[in-house]
Amino acid sequence: MQIGAVGKAGGEQATGFPVRAGDRSVIFFFLLPAFALFFIFLAFPIIKSVYYSFFDWAGFGPAVDVVWLDNFKRILTDQVFIKAVVNCLILIVLALLVQLPFSLALAMLVGRSLRGRAVFRTIFFMPYVLSEVITAAIWLILLNPMPARGFINAVITLIPGADPVLWLADPSLVMISIFVVLTWKYFGLHLLLYMAGLQSIPKEIEEAAVIDGANKRQLFFGIILPLLSSTIRTSVWLSVLGSLQQFALIWIMTRGGPVNSSEVMSTYMYRYSFVRFDLGYGSAVAIILLLISLTFSVAYLRLFPQRDHLSGL
Amino acid sequence: MSRKIYMFLSLLAILAFALTACGPAATEAPAAEEPAAEEPAAEEPVAEEPAAEPVTITWWHIQTEEHQVALWEGLAAEYMAAHPNVTIEITALENEAFKTKLTTVMQSNDPPDIFQSWGGGVMNEYAEAGLLKDITADLAAGGWGDTFAPGALGLYAYNGVNYGVPRDAGIVGFWYNTELFAQAGISAPPATWDELVADIELLKDAGITPIAVGAGDKWPGAFWWEYLAVRIGGKAAFDAAYSRSGAFTDAPFVQAGEMLQELVAMDAFQPGFLAATWGDEAIAMANSNAAMDLMGQWAPGAFRENSADGVGLDGKLGWFPFPAIPGGAGGAVDALGGGNGFVVGINAEPEAIDFLKFISSVDSQTAQAEIGMSVPVVAGAEVGLTDAMLLQVQQGLSAAEYFQLYYDQYLPPAVGSVVNDAVAGLFAGTLTPEEAAQQIDDAYAAELQ
Repeated sequence: MQIGAVGKAGGEQATGFPVRAGDRSVIFFFLLPAFALFFIFLAFPIIKSVYYSFFDWAGFGPAVDVVWLDNFKRILTDQVFIKAVVNCLILIVLALLVQLPFSLALAMLVGRSLRGRAVFRTIFFMPYVLSEVITAAIWLILLNPMPARGFINAVITLIPGADPVLWLADPSLVMISIFVVLTWKYFGLHLLLYMAGLQSIPKEIEEAAVIDGANKRQLFFGIILPLLSSTIRTSVWLSVLGSLQQFALIWIMTRGGPVNSSEVMSTYMYRYSFVRFDLGYGSAVAIILLLISLTFSVAYLRLFPQRDHLSGL
Repeated sequence: MSRKIYMFLSLLAILAFALTACGPAATEAPAAEEPAAEEPAAEEPVAEEPAAEPVTITWWHIQTEEHQVALWEGLAAEYMAAHPNVTIEITALENEAFKTKLTTVMQSNDPPDIFQSWGGGVMNEYAEAGLLKDITADLAAGGWGDTFAPGALGLYAYNGVNYGVPRDAGIVGFWYNTELFAQAGISAPPATWDELVADIELLKDAGITPIAVGAGDKWPGAFWWEYLAVRIGGKAAFDAAYSRSGAFTDAPFVQAGEMLQELVAMDAFQPGFLAATWGDEAIAMANSNAAMDLMGQWAPGAFRENSADGVGLDGKLGWFPFPAIPGGAGGAVDALGGGNGFVVGINAEPEAIDFLKFISSVDSQTAQAEIGMSVPVVAGAEVGLTDAMLLQVQQGLSAAEYFQLYYDQYLPPAVGSVVNDAVAGLFAGTLTPEEAAQQIDDAYAAELQ
């Protein structure tokens, strides 16, 4: 009925079924499944989490013990949570300063003129195809402290006088080790993004710059980097959100240990929800994590709006 | 016109999608619960037979060693052969994976029919949430309950209600590699703490890693602190802290932390112990990379499973109880330990309880003892226990004047996990003994509020 009414208001076709309204309802119907899935698996759980975050609740049976904002107060004053936030920040900073420039440098190499670049591209992208669980399992073996079992320590102990390095057991090393593994896994994705970005830069611009006498450095900083800005924007955004939400790899490799030294926000959330049986508290952590990610995402997209340098060409 | 048809078709498709989504749940549930409702099923000849209705029993256990899996599967097959209407779905999970997976199904109110439990605080939490089935009446009927050792059965009761039965019981003790001890020139296992410390020095001098511990999994490390507290403070200290006439910040608990950190300081543990799991610990022992391991009665099976040759330490494995601490309030025979058992989920059918009875029979218990999987808790099954060391464990258990269930099982789960985390902090040196004790006491105080 609604559709008919809208159609008459539009009054575009005599046949009775106006195009616009029809299109709109078709769009609506096709969106319905996606909408339903979004609501059931995303919006509803978030609302539930907000609700549970006000309770002191183990996760079994009905939640009855309301504590209002007490969970949030405890989280924000907990040293371990602060540590988890700091660790997330460390991952983000390292990713931005090391992982992304490294990927870009590689992209400049293999995206352009290196011989056999197709082979390199495949090899570099391979780790990204593996699941985080498998990546973690592989690196657990590689980093094993016993030289008889861990390949890396086996190589290190070949050097006379060198002791095995406790990659994951040394609280001061563990975040670095995890960062190396994360980089190994994800640089291929950024490499691919940058390569696609590089390919979309028209050769003519570079050639024009060269003819005008630009050297390699000027070419890179004056032409390539600005024209890659929208790719870099996407890559930074993906990388920061990925670091904020990193869970599986860290949980499998260290479970946030030794003693919270590799704790990140999501392992902290998991620990309280499912190991310490404090699902109310865990829900509150989830809400905080959501707010942080959302704030970053919105602020980032506002501060760095999409600029398209190439569309005018 | 064609647009209308198109619209109609897409509506139909969406409706079909919605209907199929609801489908299985709507049709299956009543069929499973009351297939006796004859009217709609009249065409199906199966429904008219008076045969017992089909029942599916879900069973989660944590025995992953080859012999143990085979034993359980054999028993399930035997039961299914005798009861054609029963299907038993076994899920065998590794310890840590089991805990993770169980927590999720429990939080979604869907417990398995029969599953592994260590009794104590975690089980009590499930019971309070109404996730476990009361089997008190079943245990009373036909004297089933009387077949179990009373102490072991009591671990699976809460507020006078039984929720499960024990499978085995034992105490934590030192498993050691006799060959490595001989290499280091140690003639007899240590009986006192000072002797243990001296032996650690001897092993180190011989270039052998004295002790393997999976401090990354936390509970294997917590055994050390808990056992030290049992020896130093005895029953009195724990009871005082537990009843709040004392506290976990009392001297024995702090001293336990100090002695533990002395061991860490003298490099008694394998390199990388902070990140090591119980699996790493077992691998180190099984392949003779470490000489000693403070672990429960399941250790020999794990050594076999984790050894390169499948034999493990058979023939060169020894056991000795936790050494006495002179001046400690706890006796040398007091023990820290616990057992494994099965509890019954709230949705279990009567057949599940019958099956539980079947797998905890004397025959089953004897078979378990024969392969060294369980220290039996059913009278008459001791005959199966031929393994000399498991016999030692059993004797240690029966000799204990004060038996302390592992703290992380005895205490409420929120406190137990803090015990584990705090002791991991002691191992890492990030917490002082006082701070660790304080954290545990704070968690317990908060839980009691």
